[in-house]
Amino acid sequence: MSPDQPARVNGIGASVLRREDARFITGNGRYTDDMRVEGQVYAVFVRSNHARARIESVDIADAMMIRGVLAVYTGADMAADGIGNLPCGWMVKQHDGSDMRTAAHPPLAHTQINYVGEPVAIVIAQTIEIAHQGADAVVVDYAEQSAVIDLATATDSEEIHPGITHNLAYEWELGDRAATEAALATAAHVTRLDLTNNRLIPNAIEPRAALGIYDAHTGEHILHTTSQNPHLARLILSAFVKIAPEHKLRVIAPDVGGGFGSKIFVYSEETSVIWAARKIRRPVKWTASRSEAFLSDAHGRDHLTHVELGLDAHGLFVGMKVHTVANLGAYLSTFGSAVPTYLYGTLLAGQYKTPNIFVEVQGVYTNTSPVDAYRGAGRPEATYVVERIVENAAREVGMDPAALRRLNMIQPRDFPYQTPVALVYDIGDYEKSLDRALTLADYSGFAARQAESEARGKRRGIGLACYIEACGLAPSKLAIALGAGVGLYESGEVRFNPTGSVTVFTGSHSHGQGHETTFAQVVSDQLGVPYESVEIVHGDTGRVEFGLGTYGSRSLAVGGSALIKAGEKIIAKGRKIAAHLMEASEDSVDFADGQFAVRDSNRRLTIQEIAFASYVPGNYPEGLEPGLSEKAFYDPQNFTYPAGTHIAEVEIDGETGVVTLVSFVAVDDFGRIVNPLVVHGQVHGGVAQGVGQALFEHGFYDHTGQLLTGSMMDYCMPRADDLPDFVVDTTVTHCTHNPLGVKGCGEAGAIGSPAAVMNAVTHALGVSEVAMPATPEKIWRILKQQAAA
Amino acid sequence: MQINLTVNGAEHSLDVPENTLLVDIIRERLRLTGTHVGCDTSQCGACTIHLDGRAVKSCTVLAGQADGATITTIEGIGAIDALHPMQAAFRECHALQCGFCTPGMIMAAIDLVEHTDNLDGRAVREGLEGNICRCTGYHNIVRAVLSAAQTMTVKT
Amino acid sequence: MYRFKHHRPSTVEEATRIFAGSEDPSYLSGGMTMIPTMKQRLASPTDLIDLARVAGISGVEVTDSEVRIGAFTRHADVASSTAIAAAIPALAYLAAQIGDNQVRNRGTIGGSIANSDPASDYPAAVVALGATVVTNQRTIPGDQFFRDLFETALVSGELVTGLRFPIPRRAAYRKFPNPASRYAVVGVMVADFKTGVRVGVTGAGPCAFRATTLEAALTRNFSASSLDSIDIPDAGFNADLHASAQYRAHLVRVMARRAIEAMG
Repeated sequence: MSPDQPARVNGIGASVLRREDARFITGNGRYTDDMRVEGQVYAVFVRSNHARARIESVDIADAMMIRGVLAVYTGADMAADGIGNLPCGWMVKQHDGSDMRTAAHPPLAHTQINYVGEPVAIVIAQTIEIAHQGADAVVVDYAEQSAVIDLATATDSEEIHPGITHNLAYEWELGDRAATEAALATAAHVTRLDLTNNRLIPNAIEPRAALGIYDAHTGEHILHTTSQNPHLARLILSAFVKIAPEHKLRVIAPDVGGGFGSKIFVYSEETSVIWAARKIRRPVKWTASRSEAFLSDAHGRDHLTHVELGLDAHGLFVGMKVHTVANLGAYLSTFGSAVPTYLYGTLLAGQYKTPNIFVEVQGVYTNTSPVDAYRGAGRPEATYVVERIVENAAREVGMDPAALRRLNMIQPRDFPYQTPVALVYDIGDYEKSLDRALTLADYSGFAARQAESEARGKRRGIGLACYIEACGLAPSKLAIALGAGVGLYESGEVRFNPTGSVTVFTGSHSHGQGHETTFAQVVSDQLGVPYESVEIVHGDTGRVEFGLGTYGSRSLAVGGSALIKAGEKIIAKGRKIAAHLMEASEDSVDFADGQFAVRDSNRRLTIQEIAFASYVPGNYPEGLEPGLSEKAFYDPQNFTYPAGTHIAEVEIDGETGVVTLVSFVAVDDFGRIVNPLVVHGQVHGGVAQGVGQALFEHGFYDHTGQLLTGSMMDYCMPRADDLPDFVVDTTVTHCTHNPLGVKGCGEAGAIGSPAAVMNAVTHALGVSEVAMPATPEKIWRILKQQAAA
Repeated sequence: MQINLTVNGAEHSLDVPENTLLVDIIRERLRLTGTHVGCDTSQCGACTIHLDGRAVKSCTVLAGQADGATITTIEGIGAIDALHPMQAAFRECHALQCGFCTPGMIMAAIDLVEHTDNLDGRAVREGLEGNICRCTGYHNIVRAVLSAAQTMTVKT
Repeated sequence: MYRFKHHRPSTVEEATRIFAGSEDPSYLSGGMTMIPTMKQRLASPTDLIDLARVAGISGVEVTDSEVRIGAFTRHADVASSTAIAAAIPALAYLAAQIGDNQVRNRGTIGGSIANSDPASDYPAAVVALGATVVTNQRTIPGDQFFRDLFETALVSGELVTGLRFPIPRRAAYRKFPNPASRYAVVGVMVADFKTGVRVGVTGAGPCAFRATTLEAALTRNFSASSLDSIDIPDAGFNADLHASAQYRAHLVRVMARRAIEAMG
């Protein structure tokens, strides 16, 4: 398809209103917890309130005496039944070539507790209330041990997992250490910075839930669950956890109420629920409370970083060296190992031609909830490092931060651009986004606004972040070579029904992104069929052949491309049938706008007529199979590289230290845009989460390992009155290696915004660093110190 | 205990345990699953319904407290072919993504519009303090509420 | 939630009688604190005595000298009362700052003060305005009502039936909300009476209190600047993740100053 064809009605480029909204705005959504099946019973988990302890004994006798309690299972029961550990899906190689060191992660702990909230037993009862009573009655005898909580000292602390010395899962590095150190040694100026990337708790508003059903008649296990990727859940639960073979295990993710990464992973709870359903031959349902979600969902971020950036006398970057300690929590979650390595270190070139980059990462175990991918996953952390140090460098050498960035930016003529940290960027126009953002933010008018703020006793600051991300995960060969346990292609199937409607099956499951609308736009556009006649099916391993799921802003770039490939096969087969019916040669038949036409004639047939002919093959090409349904797997050749500039402006109350975000501009290049309305919505949401990280959110443990921000009373979720209206715009360069020219838009908002906001905060205060989140008291203390000085 | 409720115009007489929350009656007994539960500290607002005409968090109301009340849930304000102006505005403005907070957000927004004169963007943001959305960044929600307010009437 | 018996008396006498006859009872007003606490299994009363149907304990009445508010009056009704807005606008304003819209539609003034949550808003007004707390047994001066963290002067079974707020010449309330929960980290009401200035502080200490040094300074010179040189010791102040005692002490001064500025 031509990249520049105008948008057709409801086709690519049109702001089509979402079809899924019809059910959501009328209360007809169907989320996991909305389901109820005959005979359903309820599970509640017994969880440790210690961060580190040996389990001396688990006494379930009292619980079993409670009327209505049907079963209590412990970790020992699961192990005895042959249920395996929860695996980490990405084997990171250490710098010396050895494998990372993985601690066994049983779904239910049976000898050792390693974080507060770790599940010890599952109690199943007739009602939730009775299940709670049962859980209260389970007596666990813990021998408490001292917990390792502080990330800065964790490598010098007691060993959490026997044999994993210094609590190091791995020491990983990327880039040329010697060249980078040499560049820094001879640099005209070196900017140094110590950064904290605060721990975040995802808090999708739908808590995780699972409904496990075992059909004794067929031997099939059916797991309804809040998953971003049901096929991956099936694969892991089957191959590693040994719940059941894949053909006897069906995983269904119905409407899913947000995920942001936290619903990618395979957790203890759904594992226990589907296993227990078979044990007791009753459907078992579990729904997390929010308090449980705080403890049991994988957390995000949590890095300590030291970074040094060298500049020559003209301001050109000559080298950047990064040392990061990444908190992985008590166990390696499904993709936990990959986030601070391959999704982080590889992005440290940012938008710049820094010739020498070296990064070393220590992945560290602590007695805290496991840490894994959260919106952006590694890329916000990388952007934070690059964009904070670049901003500080500009201030130190006395250059305008926008000008210093511009000076160092990779230019359109430089593509494809090989970075010193493994990636090859295919295309972009970074200055274009920068310029547009500077205009929208009225960058040149800042001084006047600052003066106006100061007249009101407020400090004002402006901050930029020019981010890049790698999306469209990922070329399978590359990913597997780097340790991934699965390929990262996507599957799709386009099925014409005999009467001309189209059913589309995709492995990319939607949990708020609107695939039912946008994927239908893509298929409608390609095949020239009415948008209304295209139905998208996703989220059910029993209906969709395979899938790798929705994360890493990959759905459209990879899942959408798979649909295009399937559509191409449809057109190719349709052309054969059309040529036969119109008595023309195949190569004289063109396809456009849903019609096969014989070139230079008025003979034409619609694709719907061809579909009908394929299912009623009376007059039909010899040897061609009936039917018009095609599958495709799309394996990307490269990552996609969305990039852009975000600009934040803040005002600080000089008396209280309260930071107010007064404006936020995001200009992003996502490649071709399928639905501007949906894309803007994704940016808004991502920005809100990034602003949340910068100003409000903090997963905070005390030294004993208790999560002090364990509810929305203390973990500060951004609310409507915390945020301004956002200004969002896009620039476009088409991705060069996928058929849609798309890059992905789901994470950008969360990637650029923390650095932009913190650059604005530090600018307003005239300091080099404030640890996120920039909470009022923290700022007040800085102001107080400045007043005293 | 025995309670009587009028829910979305239908009368119900129910025998419920005292320690039951109104939201559980709505979801589990009446199977009106459009009302959601997103937290356990009365913060998120996903469970917002109208009780005797005012928005309340149904996770923080006991079934017995609602005895005799008139309740409206998301299912009771409009149908797909006859949407409430607030529902229509949410759709038009793309004010929802995953949809989980949406019913509570819509119910809270209706109450806000019905009881506030001269709403502006700031007032909408402050008025929706009791509802948390993790997907939209609120930008389009604010647009939707202001848009719906154009066609709705203030009650008091 | 644990099991309990739900009582719905229609008179104060019936309510207190049920209380006296129950094993581990609790009154239930709006339930905005009680119900979440029970949901988290942190409270397990055997009997809940629901005040919703009790006659004569809700509503607003304004006289020449005072605002009388029934204990069961919801925050939203105080916030939107034109009579209160005319008599003590600061009180209506304060009510509009409590929790969020949905909470204000349920929560009651009596329930709020009887809980003596250190972070709730109303106690600042009770103290600053020198309100009188009316119970089924007696009247209690507002100054003496809040005793400690979640502790009041109420004796077991004693039921708040209403409050009487003397009308000041002018008053204002300013609150620094907890960014997560929106409860008061610090809330200060300054009230200017013919007889002198009163300052009520909530959020800073274990319970609401009068800031007597601020009162003295303001009585001498009613201006925001008169607070600048006053020492506000933070001894005994609350400290948590969101605000240290020292920061709270600072906020007391800032909120007091802003309240005064708001009074013009």
